Amino acid sequence: MPSLFQQIQAGKLWDFHGGIHPPLRKAQTAQKPIGVLPLPDRLYIPLRQHIGVPGKLLVRVGQRVLKGQPLTNADNSMAVPVHAPTSGTIIAINEHISAHPSALPEPTITLAPDGQDEWRELFPLNLATSDNLSLLERIQESGIAGMGGAGFPTHLKAGLTQPVDYLIINAVECEPYISADDALMQEGAITIVKGIDILCKLLNPKAVLIGIEDDKPIASASLKAACSQREHYYVRDLPTKYPSGGEKQLIQLLTNKEVPAGRRPIDIGIVMLNVGTAFAIAQAVLDDHPLLSRVVTVTGETLRQPQNVLALIGTPVIDLLNFCGYQHQAEEKVIMGGPMMGFTLPDLTVPVIKTTNCILAPTSIELPAPGKETDCIRCSACADVCPASLLPQQLLWYSKAKDPAKLDEYNLFDCIECGACAYVCPSEIPLVQYYRVAKADIREQQREAVKAEQAKARFEARNARLEREKQERMARNQKLAQAREQAQQGAGNSDAVAAALARIKAKQAEQSAAPADREQMLAEREAKKQQARAYQAARAADLLPTERAAPAAQQNNTASGETTTTEPAAAKNAAVAAAVARAKARKAAQVQAEQQSQVVEAEQTKQPEAIAPPAAQADIDPRKAAIAAAIARAKAKKQADSEKS
Amino acid sequence: MSFKIASSPHNRISRSTSQLMLLVVLACLPGIIVQALLFGYGVLVQLVLAIATAWAAEALIMRLRAKPVLPRLKDHSALLTGVLLAVAIPPYAPWWLIIIGTGFAIIIVKQLYGGLGNNLFNPAMAAYVMLLISFPLQMTQWLPSASLQPEALTLLDAVCTVFSQYSCSGFSVSQLQTGIDGISMATPLDTLRTDLAAGRTLTESLQQPVFYGFAGAGWLWVNLAYLAGGLVLLKLQVIGWRIPLAVLGTLFGLSLLSWLAAADTNPSPLFQLFSGATMLAAFFIATDPVSASTTNQGRILYGMLIGLMIFIIRKYGGYPDGVAFAVLLANMAVPLIDYYTRPRTYGHQAKGAGK
Repeated sequence: MPSLFQQIQAGKLWDFHGGIHPPLRKAQTAQKPIGVLPLPDRLYIPLRQHIGVPGKLLVRVGQRVLKGQPLTNADNSMAVPVHAPTSGTIIAINEHISAHPSALPEPTITLAPDGQDEWRELFPLNLATSDNLSLLERIQESGIAGMGGAGFPTHLKAGLTQPVDYLIINAVECEPYISADDALMQEGAITIVKGIDILCKLLNPKAVLIGIEDDKPIASASLKAACSQREHYYVRDLPTKYPSGGEKQLIQLLTNKEVPAGRRPIDIGIVMLNVGTAFAIAQAVLDDHPLLSRVVTVTGETLRQPQNVLALIGTPVIDLLNFCGYQHQAEEKVIMGGPMMGFTLPDLTVPVIKTTNCILAPTSIELPAPGKETDCIRCSACADVCPASLLPQQLLWYSKAKDPAKLDEYNLFDCIECGACAYVCPSEIPLVQYYRVAKADIREQQREAVKAEQAKARFEARNARLEREKQERMARNQKLAQAREQAQQGAGNSDAVAAALARIKAKQAEQSAAPADREQMLAEREAKKQQARAYQAARAADLLPTERAAPAAQQNNTASGETTTTEPAAAKNAAVAAAVARAKARKAAQVQAEQQSQVVEAEQTKQPEAIAPPAAQADIDPRKAAIAAAIARAKAKKQADSEKS
Repeated sequence: MSFKIASSPHNRISRSTSQLMLLVVLACLPGIIVQALLFGYGVLVQLVLAIATAWAAEALIMRLRAKPVLPRLKDHSALLTGVLLAVAIPPYAPWWLIIIGTGFAIIIVKQLYGGLGNNLFNPAMAAYVMLLISFPLQMTQWLPSASLQPEALTLLDAVCTVFSQYSCSGFSVSQLQTGIDGISMATPLDTLRTDLAAGRTLTESLQQPVFYGFAGAGWLWVNLAYLAGGLVLLKLQVIGWRIPLAVLGTLFGLSLLSWLAAADTNPSPLFQLFSGATMLAAFFIATDPVSASTTNQGRILYGMLIGLMIFIIRKYGGYPDGVAFAVLLANMAVPLIDYYTRPRTYGHQAKGAGK
């Protein structure tokens, strides 16, 4: 029995369950050279184009930037920067419709190109003399995130320290219509292989497996030619089947391994990157060209010249469509991505981002709108094609029943949303959509559960605090009572005058004994009054415009003009008063909190529940707060138990 | 300019549920034609009655449920139920029998369980069993194949017989059932059972005119026609291979064993495969997606269970054929089968495998 590695070396391929063979329709773009778009009038560069967090903004409106100049700064490991794709002026930094299925606006830099395309200074690295850290830094600084679709920051994958058996380069491109990677491989195979060399230096894998579907013979031949000098690089032609390009499916095809549920490929010694990403890495390291553009397939029967184009990041979709001879339709549908997993765009000013591999503008005959959904007849065609071996019809049933326990039992979260089930469904049930909704519902429930846990922790902390305050008050009163008694005893007990004197003394003693307590109480009272005042002022400020706006709208122009002159002044006064009051209240609260924290420290040994973090902290990091609260509860319980016994 | 917003995938295979159902109905045609030619035109009359009743019942319930009627009729599922029941009952059974049966199938078995996709039992088979239990006499009025019938019945005769139980020339059904030799004839499966019970050997029994020597007269051709239709469905990928193969394989295997053990008292595997409703059951009834198992392993178990039950009922049961009972019993087991044959999801441990 040959070992797995020997089998892989011998060129053995495996298969994954299910899969479909939709019409490919790639020929109309794959055979043509990559076209270069003219500079667009505007570039819309979203601050975040990857999975992770956006970098810190480095530019301001009105500033001139050079081509390749970073616009944001990657200040933590989950951030990658974005760059100016060409030289020009920043004309706005605001919300712009996003290249996301939700199309929700997101912070975006608008750049007006100046047409000079002037580069910043370039610092190419020499692979032989550079250490891994500087390479990784360069990859991150060049804004590289997975270009196959997910947009995972590449430096995190390339910087993995676990041992890597196989570096898999995903050149499958299994979605119909898309030929962007195909075109890139045909024209840039040598650069891609240079990128793989860099990855090999970083990850040191046993072998590099390049998976490519057998419907791309030219690309495959170019890659094989480019790899001919590398011994442990293996280009594998895979039978065309959707979704071979899914990360898990490709791993299964090439290595017969499965990524355990909830784990990552590195856990079984595999790292996978897209060919486009490898290309970008080579450009970033060897030429110091950050990720400024990408190949996008622009296709569909509404276009006169469907083709692959090299588009600057931030180019509006409409520019790509117009370049390819877009003919407007009565009923337009423009899809970003492929027909299986892409999403429709509500607006054509959506920009091309780092993960955009295709713009598909089909006619309504080419990709007709879905028919009416009918009842599931349990034919299981969906289960037959599911690459994750799920039972989609059962998942549909439980999604409709909103049964999270059963959905979990049937492994809803192993669904990769490839759409194969919905593709074959004879009842035209949008299965994937049902699963997306069910997943979102479950995630929402989990968030709610965490929130409830936090609220509980807060509530318990508050109860503990109130109880503590009560105890303190009682202790104080007791002390005072004792002091009075002592005074009485000290003054003798026969003379009424002496008794009166003693009372006065006691009162004085009381005042001198607990000045801090009194001050605290006064401060508290003051703070509460301030808060109440601030609240009222704020309310007044809020109410004023709305209360007045209603009648104003009914009145004629002159009258409304009169009210508008007085209205802002009144609102402003109220707002100022509110702000002053808030500031005062905050100051008072601070004093109070300081005093309290001293007390808390003193009490900590007695009352472990006091460790429970206050609400303000809980807001900063809910998970930590919940954990801390849980630990505190456990400690308190333990102590209570030990005290009982 | 308006943009269509849709959820992925944006591409779909063009075959719909209604097309699938219609293909199944069309694949029944060879069998129906052979049945009409060999057993008389009664089956055509039954088909007309069944389809009309099925549509009417479906429309009635849809109206009661305040749902659109026409889209539901267009999915052809009611049509298929009607067709399957019509070919399963005796061709000259009285008209009310098929109407009661089809109405029961659509209203009680299908719609009261929630309509298409929600019924636990195969509607046609549940109705068949109901009729067999309620009207045993009418449900066993099978005429011998046309070549053995004393009177050749025209289409008009068929209509008369179904509606009045007398042919236009005045023969009653029981008279028509009588063979040329004056002996009332049962179906081959029935005859064989009776003979074997009476102590005759298989060879003796098969000498009778109701047999071709190894299979029932006429029935062989009917089964071959349904087999052909079934193979077309397989080729078109309307049905999967697992259920038919499991049904036929199990029936074949068990009858082979019993035949080898006692060839005189057990019919041959070929006799089993080409008698009664074997092929109809294997390709058209057991494969009904709604009431069958939905997992690949489960489908094999489900088919094997049907094959086993057909064999047992034919050998030991009191009814002439066991298909309907076998299918209903297997239907009952489907939720259990499905639960225990769930496939292993990618990236998950096999059930029972240690970590």
